[in-house]
Parts: sequence; structure tokens; C-alpha cells
Amino acid sequence: MTQPPDTPVVSTGEISSEAPVQATAAANAPTASAGGGRSFLPANTLLRHLLVLVACAVGAVVLLEITDPFTNSQLAQLTYYAIAAGGLTVLTGLNGQISLGHGALMAVGAYTTALMLDADEPLPLPVVLLAAVALATVVGALVGVAAARLHGPYLAGATLALAVGLPGLAVYYGDLFGGEQGLRVRAPRAPESFESFIDLVSGNPPSATKWLAYVGTICLLITFFLLANLVRSRIGRTWRAVRDQEVAAELAGINLGAWRVLAFVVSAACAGLAGGVLALVVRLAAPSGFTLVLSLALLTAIVIGGLGSLVGVLLGSALLVFLPPFVTDLGADLGLNSTEAAQLAPFVYGLVLVVVMIFAPAGVVGTIRMRWLTARARRAARGAGS
Amino acid sequence: MQQFVNVTLTGLISGSVYAAFALALVLIWRSTRIVNFAQGSMAAATSFIALALIQAGQSYWLALVVALASGFVIGAVIERVVIRPVEGGPELNAVIVTLGLFVAIQALIAIVFGSSFESFPAPFGLRGFTVGETTIALTPNSIYVLVAVVLTMAGLIALFRFTRLGLAMRASAFGQEVARLLGVRVGRMLTLGWALAAVVGSLSGLLIAGGGLVYPAYMDALIVFGFVAAVLGGLDSPVGAVVGGLTIGLALSYVSAYLDPALVNLAALVILMVVLLVRPGGLFASSTARRA
Repeated sequence: MTQPPDTPVVSTGEISSEAPVQATAAANAPTASAGGGRSFLPANTLLRHLLVLVACAVGAVVLLEITDPFTNSQLAQLTYYAIAAGGLTVLTGLNGQISLGHGALMAVGAYTTALMLDADEPLPLPVVLLAAVALATVVGALVGVAAARLHGPYLAGATLALAVGLPGLAVYYGDLFGGEQGLRVRAPRAPESFESFIDLVSGNPPSATKWLAYVGTICLLITFFLLANLVRSRIGRTWRAVRDQEVAAELAGINLGAWRVLAFVVSAACAGLAGGVLALVVRLAAPSGFTLVLSLALLTAIVIGGLGSLVGVLLGSALLVFLPPFVTDLGADLGLNSTEAAQLAPFVYGLVLVVVMIFAPAGVVGTIRMRWLTARARRAARGAGS
Repeated sequence: MQQFVNVTLTGLISGSVYAAFALALVLIWRSTRIVNFAQGSMAAATSFIALALIQAGQSYWLALVVALASGFVIGAVIERVVIRPVEGGPELNAVIVTLGLFVAIQALIAIVFGSSFESFPAPFGLRGFTVGETTIALTPNSIYVLVAVVLTMAGLIALFRFTRLGLAMRASAFGQEVARLLGVRVGRMLTLGWALAAVVGSLSGLLIAGGGLVYPAYMDALIVFGFVAAVLGGLDSPVGAVVGGLTIGLALSYVSAYLDPALVNLAALVILMVVLLVRPGGLFASSTARRA
């Protein structure tokens, strides 16, 4: 079985270095506001994103106030999925690196938050969350340095090992991290200003769940605002250059490795924040919360929405939150017992990953945008012809 | 000293199973340039088929044959239906598809067979042999494991070295277009490659299950160890996979015995990182395929 070196390797490698172009081309097409000129939104990116941010904030408040407490807690869940998936989509969609280790990076953020809130005199919540981000960033930088030299299956395997290996630390240092049982999280109480705000807006009871949903939403909005600007900046363009044409990017003086590490660091920071929010919302940081299935669920969220698309991430995260109760009920109706029905959700995640990758690799948002752009181009061509 | 001998023996035996699993990954990587992350789930599925037969009163050997045959069929069907559309496409897409299969099959096992821990019988005794006064960690069952792995490898070497079919498979892995021009049915060879790899993967799943507990996710750690072993050997080299598997088996056995069992998975991560950073081509790299 000792064979001479395979020759087709080289050609496969060449295909793969341009690989993500197909999958993410749609996500990188100029949006209507940037390219069309028929939009009411301002042309300045920062101003436009600020306007969208304000609109989304108003929309989020309305959504949180008209829904019941249970939906509030589901939306809180959505925020941490979306924050982590937002970071992952920037890494995978824009820079072409895959990571199965984001669950582990979320664990770093969650444990940091749990430990810092457990202190006798806990620091203010923003400081705690920033610390979670900082620590996840450091870990992400370490992983990123290794990851920058890898691609495709190698990177997937290395980050897979991270996802499987890192929770072992929580068990090994059981005294500090609470072993398999994990740490209970003492979520801080809502400030008075929040209660008067809710009273002013809707008069709903300002419950702890609602407060945490708002914390998650604020984190989500800030993260997405920063990511959206980053994507449209010089940094985002450089990442795409690194992803699409390694050689050309290198010739243009771009240090491939450094930019890959930066992408990983940004993405890890998001995962850290997401972990912090998760710890607050779930009120528990335990190894069982950060299994491989979590990392793969995040991957499902970014793939179904469309790699590289932040709107797609929201769609995908909504799927992660609202699909499991739905299919679990469906399974119970079909006569499965509760543990079997609980497995239907991961089954659907897996199926979705396979089906989307085969039939619509650009994801929902990407496919719709591609259709729309083709239709517009056709219309334009017809207009020019007649 | 006695503990050292026992730990080494345990490491060599689990290492031989990792080697078989890594070999399955290498077989698929060579022919289709895809790392099959679903390998572990596929193997777990066949183990559960075998377990169902054994619990129904059939013999271990019949269950083994049925499990390997179902592994063959599962591998062929998956290649044909799911992998073919993404073959030769963007490598990220293939990775995501196999990851999707990984989750889906694992969840399907839990739905069909339940997610509780079941004990899986071993065909031979689990009591260690006694040398003089002391019992060593070598059991009749571990000898069966070693023999099964060695026989499988010998069979694969014979297939690839001495048969026309093996030659055709090597040709399609080596140069698809040239092989096709020379009349090799490349598509069939790729399907066969996946099917064979699934058989080897299933065998390693059954061997590791023997005498232990199985549950839908019991192969999760093995996919990591197998991958680390395969990368250690360079992903391209079958000999490398075997040596890599034995190395990983030994290293993890020492970590488990002398440090802490909770650190085994982390040790695999550390080994993988060191290999990828120091010798990205693996210990037996035969090509410069990887831009790593």
C-alpha cells in the first residue's frame, strides 16, 4: 500500500483554495443600499448601520414587550446563539476558516462569568462580560495562531479536538470549576432604571427573565453593529482577499497568517461574550452545556442562513431556538418517548447541514439574494436591449 | 515496573484500534480528499445493529458479519447519495456535509436504539493472563483485537498490492482522469473505497465496544483519536496511520495512568497541535499536498 505521491492532490488543492467563493459569493454581493443608489438609507456606512441599529433596537423592545415571559426567555436564548454564530460566520464566511471549537470558547466565557459573579462583591455586569470577552480572546488567539496554518479538514479536526478536549479541564480542576455538575451562576439583579424603563414602555412586570433578555439583546445589537462595520471595512475586504486568492493577497503585501489570526480572535471574542450571556440566561456553566453538539448547532445556524451573512445568522439562530420544541412535540405526537424525541432536533440539524450544502450552499439569505440579483441584472439587460 | 508494562500493553491494544480507525480515514482521504467526520457515527450505527442481534440471541460472530456487511452498505450508500454531489467541490462544503452526517446518524441511533448505556459483550475472556504470580493487562479478548486488526491490514495490503481491483482503486485515487481514460470505472471505485473504509471503521467500533459500554456518542472520542493518529501519519500514508495510531494509543495510555483520565482528550489536542505546528506534513508525509 505504499504508493508514490498522489498527483491529483495539487489540482484539488487549487480548487479548494478558491473554495468558499461559491458558497459565499452571494453574501458578498453589494447590498441594495451600497450598489443600487435607489435607497433611502444614507450612503455613509457608519451612519447607515447606526440607523439600522436604532431601528433594530426599537423593534427588539417592541418584540420583547408584546411577547409572554416564556418567549422572552427563548429570545434571550436566541441572543447568545446569534452572538456566537455572528462571530463564526465572520470567521467561516469571510475568512474561509471553519471552527468546531466555538462551543469550547463559549465555555471559556461562561466559566469566567460564573466565577466572577460568584465573588463576594461582584464587579458590575459590563465589566464581567468584558472580562469574559478578554479571556476568550486570549484563548482564541492561541488557537488562532495554530489555526492560521491549517485549512479545511485539518482545521476542522483540530478544532474538533479542542471542542472534545477543553471540557476535560473543567473536570480536572473540579475544585475551581465544579466538575461535571458545573457552577451555578448568580445573575445580578436588574437596576432600578430598568424597572422604571419597562414601566414607562409597557407596564409589564420587570421580571429577572426580561432583564436578562434585555442584557442579551443589548450585547447582540452591539456585537452585530461592530461586526457589520468590520465586514464593510478595510479589514473585512482583506479577509475576503485572504479567503479568495491567497497568492494574490500575498502579492498585495497581505500577511495571510496575521489576518487569519485576527479573524479567529474577533470570532473568539464574540464566542466569549455569547458564553457570558449563556451563563446568565441558563444560570449554569457545566461541561454538559458545551458539547460538540453546541458547536455543530452553531455551524448549522450559519450554514442555513448563508455563510457570511449576519441576517442569515439571526434566521439560523431563530431556527436553533424555535425548532427543538416544535420537533420534540412532533416526535411526542408520533409516539416517541421524551429522550428519543429530544434527539430529533440534532437529527434535523444534521439533515439540514447535508441538504443545504448539497442543494443551496449559499444558504437561505444567499440564495434569495442571488435570485434577486440575477433578476435585477436580467431586467437591466432587457431595459438596455429595447 | 509492572504498572508500566500493563499501561504499555493497554496502550498498544487501544492503539491498534485507533490505527484501524485512522486507516479508515486515510482510505477515504486518499480516494476522495475528504475527511469523513461521520466515520464514528457510522461505526456506532453498525455496533448497535450488532448489539441488537446479540440481544436477540444470535452469536457474536453472526452479529459481527452482519455489522460489517451493513457498514459496507452504509458506506456505499452515503458515498453515492450524499458525498458524490460535493466531491471535488469546495472543501469546506464536504467537511460540513460529513459533520452533518455525523450529527444526524448519531441522533438517529439514539432515536432508534435509545440513548441509554448498554454493555457490549466480548467474544473472548476479559481476565488477564497470569505470568508467574502477577496478572498482566493482556486478555484473550485483547489478543483477538490485535489479531483482527493485523488481519484487516494484511487483507488491505493484499487487496491494494496484488489484485486488479486494488490496482484500479489506486489508479482512481492517483489520477481520476487518466484512470477514466484507461477504462477504470472511477465512480464505482470511489464508492467501493468508501464502503471498504466503512467496513474497517465498523470493525474498529466493534473492537473498542467489546467488553465495554456503548451509547450513541461512544465513538466521539475515537474520531478525535483516529484523526490525530491519521494526521500524525500524514493523512496520506496507510503505514503512517498505523504507526500514528499505536503512538497515540501509547501516549494517551500513559497520560491516563500517570496524570489523570480527564486529561486524555486534552492530551490528544496537545499532540495534534504540536504535530501540526512542528511537522505539518506528518511523520510519514509522502507529498506536499497540504498547504499547512
